[in-house]
Amino acid sequence: MNSLKDNPILKREIIMDHYENPRNNQLIDDENYRKIHLYSSSCLDDIQLQVLISQGVIADVRFEGIACAVATAAASIMSELIKGRSISQAEEIIENYFSMIAQKDYDEQLLKEAVVFEGIGRQVNRVNCATLSWKGLKQLLDEDEKR
Amino acid sequence: MFEIDKIRRDFPMLERTNEGKPLIYLDNGATTLKPDCVIAAVNNYYQNITSNIHRGDYHLAYLADQAYQQAREVVADFINCQSKEVVFTYGTTHGLNQIAYGYGIKNLKKDDEILITVAEHASNILPWYRLAQLTGAKVRFIPLDEKGKITVENVKLALNERVKIVSLTHGSNVLGYISDIKAIAAAVHEAGAILVVDGAQSVPHIKTDVKELDCDFLVFSGHKMGGPTAVGVMYGKYQLLEKMEPLLLGGGMNYRFDIAGQMLFKDAPDRFEAGTPGIEAVLGLKAAIQYLQNIGMDKIALYEKQLKDYAVSEMKKLDNIIIYNPEPDIGIISFNITDQGRVLFGQDVAAYLSKHGLCLRSGNHCAKNLWHHLGTDSTIRCSLYFYNTKKEIDKLIEVLKTATLESCIDVIF
Repeated sequence: MNSLKDNPILKREIIMDHYENPRNNQLIDDENYRKIHLYSSSCLDDIQLQVLISQGVIADVRFEGIACAVATAAASIMSELIKGRSISQAEEIIENYFSMIAQKDYDEQLLKEAVVFEGIGRQVNRVNCATLSWKGLKQLLDEDEKR
Repeated sequence: MFEIDKIRRDFPMLERTNEGKPLIYLDNGATTLKPDCVIAAVNNYYQNITSNIHRGDYHLAYLADQAYQQAREVVADFINCQSKEVVFTYGTTHGLNQIAYGYGIKNLKKDDEILITVAEHASNILPWYRLAQLTGAKVRFIPLDEKGKITVENVKLALNERVKIVSLTHGSNVLGYISDIKAIAAAVHEAGAILVVDGAQSVPHIKTDVKELDCDFLVFSGHKMGGPTAVGVMYGKYQLLEKMEPLLLGGGMNYRFDIAGQMLFKDAPDRFEAGTPGIEAVLGLKAAIQYLQNIGMDKIALYEKQLKDYAVSEMKKLDNIIIYNPEPDIGIISFNITDQGRVLFGQDVAAYLSKHGLCLRSGNHCAKNLWHHLGTDSTIRCSLYFYNTKKEIDKLIEVLKTATLESCIDVIF
């Protein structure tokens, strides 16, 4: 994992793979899922996110939408990373992801493939793309806590 | 002779960079760069004649007021109308809202019809939707032809005795077509309706004569023609301005009011200019118009046409491009780039172009109703102005040739 951050070719391959074959890329008609519709204010990105929380565990994550390569890959990677985690684990991952985006210290081991977006903070106009689905996930979990 | 090198020296932004590369600005449909004289005019207001207009109790205020009213005359001369028919607005959007609300609310009733097209910008759709909600009138869409053009024939087919307002773009911001407003106006008037023209993308690029077009209203923005942001113009035939309610009420637009709720408004154009306007922006717009007139609108239109023809013919040579309007009338070209047959998402390509100094917009360009017609969700838009060059087009072509999914992703690292 340590080498991924410094390997642009591998990073590109991971993003292309998730863009061309996005994981968990189908919504489901099930009332037990929490849903959120995410729009970017600055571009076309338009993603719907669904999360199934069961007994403190994120049992399923799904998304669909129209989005750029960065936003699609970010959502796909996020869905794989979060699926099966407890809510507290997911929250820790989310926190580390946003630290990474903000160019602060973060735990690489926790973020796995998501470290491909490590440099996105330097491309300020793409930060929205890389964080759209993550912001949606955080909002769903925050809402869940309030219940 | 179009002195392009001399013209380019008038625009300080053309000396700047984008992501460290020399700026190549091809997003003129969104806004335009400003010549020195416009910047100087804005500065002159702040440095030499700052004071409010409408209340010339002292000499300085008289100077500001005089400069402001002169700007109205410059606009009137530019579009060939009377100065009292020129209302300064905050931009095209403001003008369209003023007309939809102010004229529509007074003159439309339930089951009347408003005709627009799917090629309109959001600012020429949403105000009409609201007017329909408020009055019970209906918004109907005039079908475009197969190329996406507004034709006189289709306008005629859509007209009937219930239609009270037709509101159309003169130059499409996505497809770059110029509509035959003169013929459309004749048809609309024959049917007893009025014609509102969105000139945001046409007035900066082609000579506009409201008498010849015979439109009832024309709106445009200063910032798309080298002027400051937050200033625009709403032209209206005076007898129609007299029949219109102001959208904004407040200072500067009334003669008197009393505790019983009585209000007496000023006549047009003052009636529609409540509150302190962007005085420096109006003065900057005046400088921008004079700058365009000095070069000559006919020369500008001709140069832009030649540049557009060159851009289209060079872009057509690419084998990784889809052009949605291969025959635009003005310098707006909407396209997408493909990689092994797959259309690349416009924003990814635009970010790649940005790395090379090229500023182009991707997206739906605020014309969200148009996309079904085009068969795509979004495009990349190259929009030209008279300071662009063939050399800049060549750079665009060179970079587009290298745009692939890989190269577009690599720019984020």
